[in-house]
Amino acid sequence: MELNVMQPDQLDDLIQGISLADYQVIGPMESNGAIAYEPIESADDLPRGIIDHQRPGKYALQKIQSSRFFGYTVSPFSWKKYLYPPVQTLFKAERNGQGIQLETDSHDVKYAFIGVRACELSAIKIQDKIFLGGDYVDLHYKERRENALIVAVECFNTCETCFCDSVGSGPEIPNGADIVLTEILESGEHYFLVRSETEAGQEILNQISLKDTENNHYLIKDAQLERVRAKLKRKVQTTGLKSKLLKNPDHPRWDEVAERCLACSNCTMVCPTCFCADVFDINDLDGNTKRERRWDSCFTSDFTYIHGGNIRHSVKSRYRQWLTHKFASWQDQFDSLGCVGCGRCITWCPPGIDITEELKALSIPPNQYKKGEINHV
Amino acid sequence: MSNTKPKLAVWKFASCDGCQLSLLDCEDELLAVAEAVQIAYFPEATREVVEGPYDVSFVEGSVTTPHDEERIKEIREMSGIVITLGACATSGGIQALRNFADVNEFTNIVYAHPEYISTLDTSHPISDYINVDFELRGCPIDKYQLLEVVISLLAGKRPAIPTHSVCMDCKLKLNTCVLVAGNEPCLGPVTQAGCGALCPSYNRGCYGCFGPQDSANTDSMTEVWRHLGVSDDTILQTFRGFNGFIEPFKGASERLEEHKNH
Repeated sequence: MELNVMQPDQLDDLIQGISLADYQVIGPMESNGAIAYEPIESADDLPRGIIDHQRPGKYALQKIQSSRFFGYTVSPFSWKKYLYPPVQTLFKAERNGQGIQLETDSHDVKYAFIGVRACELSAIKIQDKIFLGGDYVDLHYKERRENALIVAVECFNTCETCFCDSVGSGPEIPNGADIVLTEILESGEHYFLVRSETEAGQEILNQISLKDTENNHYLIKDAQLERVRAKLKRKVQTTGLKSKLLKNPDHPRWDEVAERCLACSNCTMVCPTCFCADVFDINDLDGNTKRERRWDSCFTSDFTYIHGGNIRHSVKSRYRQWLTHKFASWQDQFDSLGCVGCGRCITWCPPGIDITEELKALSIPPNQYKKGEINHV
Repeated sequence: MSNTKPKLAVWKFASCDGCQLSLLDCEDELLAVAEAVQIAYFPEATREVVEGPYDVSFVEGSVTTPHDEERIKEIREMSGIVITLGACATSGGIQALRNFADVNEFTNIVYAHPEYISTLDTSHPISDYINVDFELRGCPIDKYQLLEVVISLLAGKRPAIPTHSVCMDCKLKLNTCVLVAGNEPCLGPVTQAGCGALCPSYNRGCYGCFGPQDSANTDSMTEVWRHLGVSDDTILQTFRGFNGFIEPFKGASERLEEHKNH
């Protein structure tokens, strides 16, 4: 829909307008040395003038002289923590005289996410396919997702770990947002270019008096996006990658990466598309039970435990499973890559294993590959 | 188990009592536990002793004396299920530091009359002597894990005691990683969960009191700590803590020692 101009002080009007429409507004804020997506009350809660530095195994915030609201890239945890919570009670069963009373999970909060990045929206769309596509719909995800309002914000900065461009998930915001913002701060001017993409988004924007755009605003917006694209140095060569991965389960690089991999599961826990969970029954001494769903990870030995033991004994086999799923078998399963290039798995890996580097090494035919050929930093 | 209340015994070996105190620390649930089981032998809680055999024995502490070696076998014989509690019982405990040194030297320094001391050269986990049915890690154990074991035993199901890393539980709590974002040396990646990621939740690194997770890569962990600027001596001492005598923490500290001596 139409692109308009919004003044910085109207950002709070937007937040209040969303809040009045009965949404719980979730946005970025500085919390405990990181950007966290948490409930916010006003634009004052946003991390103004704070940027993040991310590189393999390292994360740091920096306060700079800038009035930019959305100068950071992505937070440690994605919006997944709201749509698909890490620990979720599915139902409770309590003894009630001779019978059992069941209480199922119900979620009546409508979320509004402020500051969803292109890669993150791409990840939400991937999870939509997983949880809402096909014959088996996840009702817990559905009720959270269907009521959610998404305000996407284009990136201005990139981190060393970003590679959305090469996996086709950014930096332009894909469709699927309700409102899209571009924050412009140049030539002494600070404003937002804003457009709605849904009726729900337009209803919110109707309450704010926005100005019309001038011709050069489109150029400014495009130029900013191109500057972001140019900054994305990390790449994944996706052409032919699927067959290279599936045909080389014995590539020597798998052994090398397994030497560094801690099998700690941090990568999968921060990944915005990873969707595995385990289910536990938690009993108490009075005979009551609650059934909980918790994020699981293909890096644990329990993950493949079946009668007689686990299938993937070695860390090598678990790393291989994860990476080939993300970049190869995911394509058969969901018709897309399982990676959106947000770089979280690179940043939050304590030894800083970089999947883009691993993929580069694994793309070299095994018989031409020399140990340590592609070195980590 | 029969329909009558299972008979529970709590035994102590070389230890600080902290783990059996976790049972008394159950407070809110303690009465319900006492209702569900017959506490037959638990000197820390009651002087009343009900003769064995016992359905379940909880064993705290490590084997450090010739007398212990005999006693643990007797306990095994009179117990249906043996569950060991805590770092001492499952790895030898902090007293297993003697395993890397000369115990006679220690006794000569510590005791006025070392000739009265009857001790083994090494401290060993219970499982080095007898078959153990289930192990609960930690220094001390986590009371919720203990309750999970008791409740599961009564319900006849497998206790949900994960053997994955502390990082998993830390991330489930949505903590910001203290290692990556805070440069804090943290053993979470190689340590078994169970504490609820207690230390990282308070912005400090994990020091491994639950022992190694099931797939711990200690050499890679050593490299990560070196990159944080931690000295090899400190890394060695950290691996050689409450769980220093259990692999792969043991091997990691020995390789660091070897590296130092070359």
